Amino acid sequence: MTLLRRHWPWLLAIVILLAFPFLFYDWSKGRHSGFVLTLMSEIGVMAIFALSYNMLMGQAGLLSFGHAVLLGMGAYCAAHVVLLVKAGSFWLPTELVPLAGGLGGLFFGYVFGWLVTKQRATAFAMITMGLGELVSAAALMFMGFFGGEGGIPIDRVMDTSLVGVKYSSPWQVYCLVLVWAFIAAILMRLQTQTPLGSMANATRDNFERAQFVGYDPRMVRLYQFALAGFFAGIAGGLYVLIYEIVTFDTVSAAKSANALLAVYIGGAGGFFGPILGTIVVVLLQSGVSLLSNAWLLYVGVLFIVMVMYAPGGLIGLIFMHMPIWRAGRMRELLLPYARAFPPALLVLLGFVLMVELASFTTIGAAQGKKFSIAGHTIDTTTPMPWVIAIAALVLGGLWLRREARGFRERWDALMEGAKVASAKTSADAKIPLGKAQEAMS
Amino acid sequence: MNADVASAPAVELREVHKNFGRTEIIRGVNLSIPRGERHAIIGPNGAGKTTLFNLISGRFPISSGSITVNGRSTADLAPQEINRLGLSRSFQITSIFPRMSVFENIRCGLLWSHGYGYSFWNLLGRQKALNDAADQLLERLKLSDRRDLQAGLLSYAEQRALEIGITIAGGAEIILLDEPTAGMSHSETESAVALIRSVSEGKTLIMVEHDMSVVFGIADRITVLVYGEVIASDAPTAIRGNAAVQEAYLGTVAA
Repeated sequence: MTLLRRHWPWLLAIVILLAFPFLFYDWSKGRHSGFVLTLMSEIGVMAIFALSYNMLMGQAGLLSFGHAVLLGMGAYCAAHVVLLVKAGSFWLPTELVPLAGGLGGLFFGYVFGWLVTKQRATAFAMITMGLGELVSAAALMFMGFFGGEGGIPIDRVMDTSLVGVKYSSPWQVYCLVLVWAFIAAILMRLQTQTPLGSMANATRDNFERAQFVGYDPRMVRLYQFALAGFFAGIAGGLYVLIYEIVTFDTVSAAKSANALLAVYIGGAGGFFGPILGTIVVVLLQSGVSLLSNAWLLYVGVLFIVMVMYAPGGLIGLIFMHMPIWRAGRMRELLLPYARAFPPALLVLLGFVLMVELASFTTIGAAQGKKFSIAGHTIDTTTPMPWVIAIAALVLGGLWLRREARGFRERWDALMEGAKVASAKTSADAKIPLGKAQEAMS
Repeated sequence: MNADVASAPAVELREVHKNFGRTEIIRGVNLSIPRGERHAIIGPNGAGKTTLFNLISGRFPISSGSITVNGRSTADLAPQEINRLGLSRSFQITSIFPRMSVFENIRCGLLWSHGYGYSFWNLLGRQKALNDAADQLLERLKLSDRRDLQAGLLSYAEQRALEIGITIAGGAEIILLDEPTAGMSHSETESAVALIRSVSEGKTLIMVEHDMSVVFGIADRITVLVYGEVIASDAPTAIRGNAAVQEAYLGTVAA
């Protein structure tokens, strides 16, 4: 019962995640949508990866540009383990392949961590970047371990399941991803509440002070780095099981950038920020990329907008509302939000139309694609659609500015109100202490 | 009077020199601080008081000479290793963990001495002895009602109290406080003095301080540092009567 009462959000999340693919279930053919399952499996893997990245960035204040190295090394280790099991060298249940990836990630996390954690701040970032390039280059040079450009293909149907599942269908793999994602997320969450997790925060906040309470900040960073490697390796092991191949893109700078984007967009401050960010990034990457050639541009613009206007990320935006919510005045924000919505939508549509027009006149034309909205083909060389796009952008922008001013006033007033309310309660709490001090003097 | 009690002094400096480039900041300091003494280091600005602290605590390496803590040379030790010998320091410019809660700040100060090391398997929420110790210390610091506030949001005087709290949390036998009352109002100074007196009970205290009422109120012995040299090291009454000190330091204050 206490489990249910205390951890219901986790349980609710499991139920939703298990039920969600059935929304796309093809009842006539009696099978799941492979695309949706692969997409959701990808989200699960990348969420573990982003959370492990946040063990460095959010918790320890370490900005790494080479985190994919740990994901990739975990994936290669897991792939080799699968090959060895298939060859009959030893026995390992399919369910524990991600753990093999994790141990690989832990090993390389310790080795690489030993190199990079001697430095911090900019030097740390630069060394991780160099390390990423080094391993990417090595992946193409050392055929034996990395398999060159072709990578290492595997067959995930190993017939060694503990629960008698073949893992031949995406649904079975998705369930395995879900189990590991929850295990990894819970372990990472618990790790933040351990002495090492706490001292990682301490070295982030005040590197020098940590030394004078008896800790070697370098060792704190090293162990934190190695543990982040363990979880990134688990993600790598799952990656291998989903795609049945591991190539050098798993160690590439682009993969590292993915974790960084997810953490920045979702927010490094809260534990769940990176998960939110991962969902957004993967949907843009795998969903929007099917619809638009310019998906990478949207990711970039979103990243810039978040860094400029919401450095706390999506989770920061949510937490900003907490004082108002606690004061029970969220309803007063409904109208201002509703009023800001149409102009915001107009700006968004104008921007998307503009980007798409541009991309269809350039890349689209080269690919022989036609731009069509709801069945109507639009000739991107005529001025009309461009005028509409620019008009929507400009008018929406001006309208949004007007609404934003009103919104800001309302917001400031609500925040002020919430502050006064909380100050009152803390002033009440202070009275007994004041009395105690009087009594002592 | 206590000279025969402690076999090895808590902190001993012999002919300590420190240069920054060609500038010599500490010029051959000899100082022996016996166990259990409350010792104040005073001197005009730029005399090298904070530098001396940085040398003793291992923040900077010495250029020549030797420093021993509890009879052990600290020449090859990193700051955290000196800390583990039982020497803890505070900073002149407040040095806390600003994004962590007040409680977590104190707990960070306790972790090593409670033997947790780099553990990533103990859940802090379940370590009753540790958490109780942190709460008790918060009580002594009068910061209990700020327990869950982010440390960076505390008032200046509260941050100074927290700074002392982090310093003494680990139960170090030798405590170095660098201008603990700097920038405090009169009433804040008074409560800080009471706090320092109570937390240094039965311990060795070395303190850099500008406020003479604090110095003469707490110290058993006072060392006067002028331009990197010790010009006097004696009991407070003797320091007050010392002509060289008056000329070099106290005289300028009185004038």
